[in-house]
Amino acid sequence: MTPEPLLEVADLRVRFGARVEAVRGVSLTVNKGETHCLVGESGCGKSVTALATMGLLARGAVRSSGRLRFAGQDLTNLSERELSKLRGDRMAMIFQEPMTSLNPAFTIGSQMAEVMQRHRKVTRAEAMERAGFLLFKVGITNPALRLGQFPHQLSGGLRQRVMIAMALMCEPELLIADEPTTALDVTVQAQILRLLAGFQRELGLGILLITHDLGVVARVAHRVSVMYAGEVVESAPASQLFANPTHPYTRGLLASVPVPGKIARGSRLGSIPGTVPRIGPGFAGCGFRDRCGHASEACAGPIAVQQAGPDHIYRCQLQASWPQDQAA
Amino acid sequence: MTKPAIAIDVQDAKRLFTQSAGAFAGTRVVRAVDGVSLQVREGSCFGIVGESGCGKSTLARLIMGLLPLSSGDILVDGQRLSAMDRKARARLIQPVFQDPFSSLNPRHSIADLVGLPLTAQGIAGRERGTRVAEMLERVGLPGAIANRQPAQLSGGQRQRVAIARALVLRPRIVVCDEPTSALDVSVQAQILNLLADLQAEFGLTYVFISHNLAVVEHVCDEVAVMYLGRIVEHAPTAELFETPTHPYTKALLASVLTPEPGLGIPDVGLGDAYPDPANIPTGCRFHPRCPAGQPPCITETPAPRFGAGRMVECLLAPPPSTASVSPV
Repeated sequence: MTPEPLLEVADLRVRFGARVEAVRGVSLTVNKGETHCLVGESGCGKSVTALATMGLLARGAVRSSGRLRFAGQDLTNLSERELSKLRGDRMAMIFQEPMTSLNPAFTIGSQMAEVMQRHRKVTRAEAMERAGFLLFKVGITNPALRLGQFPHQLSGGLRQRVMIAMALMCEPELLIADEPTTALDVTVQAQILRLLAGFQRELGLGILLITHDLGVVARVAHRVSVMYAGEVVESAPASQLFANPTHPYTRGLLASVPVPGKIARGSRLGSIPGTVPRIGPGFAGCGFRDRCGHASEACAGPIAVQQAGPDHIYRCQLQASWPQDQAA
Repeated sequence: MTKPAIAIDVQDAKRLFTQSAGAFAGTRVVRAVDGVSLQVREGSCFGIVGESGCGKSTLARLIMGLLPLSSGDILVDGQRLSAMDRKARARLIQPVFQDPFSSLNPRHSIADLVGLPLTAQGIAGRERGTRVAEMLERVGLPGAIANRQPAQLSGGQRQRVAIARALVLRPRIVVCDEPTSALDVSVQAQILNLLADLQAEFGLTYVFISHNLAVVEHVCDEVAVMYLGRIVEHAPTAELFETPTHPYTKALLASVLTPEPGLGIPDVGLGDAYPDPANIPTGCRFHPRCPAGQPPCITETPAPRFGAGRMVECLLAPPPSTASVSPV
């Protein structure tokens, strides 16, 4: 028997008003010690999926879900109070832009200590000590100095390290990271990703990593789900997805990334024509069909989820063996 | 084959900023561009890479004449940039900026935005209308878009508008400062393909600034690596990527995450000393972060060494040899 996943999301839907359905039946699981990458372009619903999972959707957004379970606990019928007990404690989140998610009016130390004092019976001094310890762990030299500083006194890379340290204050089991390295330099990005991988090994952390960067996905993911227009269009173990991308959108994405040494310099990059459609409730068929080179009439009807291999699913009419060289 | 003419000749350019460090602390001097020399050949694409804060955007502004030099000289087409009037400069050099959301006035129609450089040169009426329409078509935008406002466009369309505006005066040089950093990968591929087409069609010279090395590798003929206001290595693209000699170039290249699973996250070994352009280290300015640093690097300032079409500024790197020259 396989153990119960740490996070299980099934048939998650999020609507904004009557006209926009941002997430349309997303299912995914995150196991202990596993990194699940949710990849897609802006507007595909990946961030909304993360926020809905954490119960952090803005007012006006309506979530409905077949199943939303965290460590065996059903999140759908928890009260806001019970949810906020979980958040920051057993499940934590890191956002893209650390400048906007840190409070500019409080010191780093007081913001970090607050997280712990909220969830644990600890004194301020104990919380500060842990904050200093974690700043040291995330590679910040002179933590004592940093604890007394304000967010604007830190560089972007340091602020993102602070966010990670803050997320780890209560030793969470699940970390949801929304584009944690997108605003950072490549050199700092590599350092931050190494750091996260180290904590994962140490604490058995389950990570749901949201990104648009296929390079990051390839290097850190155990499992990848590709989102397009509110749906997961392909999901597979990382090595499978890169070796055998099956959905036309996944192939299009992979073809549009320049890779030094692999794609000839100056040659044309593959690109996906058109733009993402706006999809409301009641939309039928494949959301990608307007941009897909292989669309047929069948694509306007219901699309079945097919198997491309063990544990590798995709949502498309095409047979899994359609020719690779005809990428979109 | 005759040697192509030099479009841009930057001679020991320096730009310093004074910054108030607080009410009682006096001022500090930020050496954003600290003695840069480079030559951009007519019709080529010249890449400048480096981390945030290395001075690459300041250098771009100097080349466009948007900022005066503190010392040194910049010749464009053999004329001193500082001696040209604004109108003449605008006919010669045009910018494309990173963020099409903030570089386009949200209250203006697309036709007005693209036509503005023409108006500024005293071109109005029917001729202006025709040239705007031509250019919109050339960058792949439907004519119907002319009366819309930027907010009604997608990010990729907005960047096409910015490109149309840059090219409407038929300049010879376009300075692209992170032109695709705010875009999704599939749209980035469209824009890079468009820039390549336009370069071939109009014989443009590009200065291409980016922190994305994979993109730079794909589009540029030559690449200069900037660190704390200076160019530390400069070489033809293929050679720079195949045989980087400066430790900083090596670290930058190592931190590029290509979509190849199983390679893991690189350890770039740059440590935690973040560069501060207001407090430039003695000796080699890279020595506090250099994984290969030796005692002389702390006191001895490396001089640029030239050879075989390359330049490197490092005490330890082997002098550029003729062995790595590829036949032109």
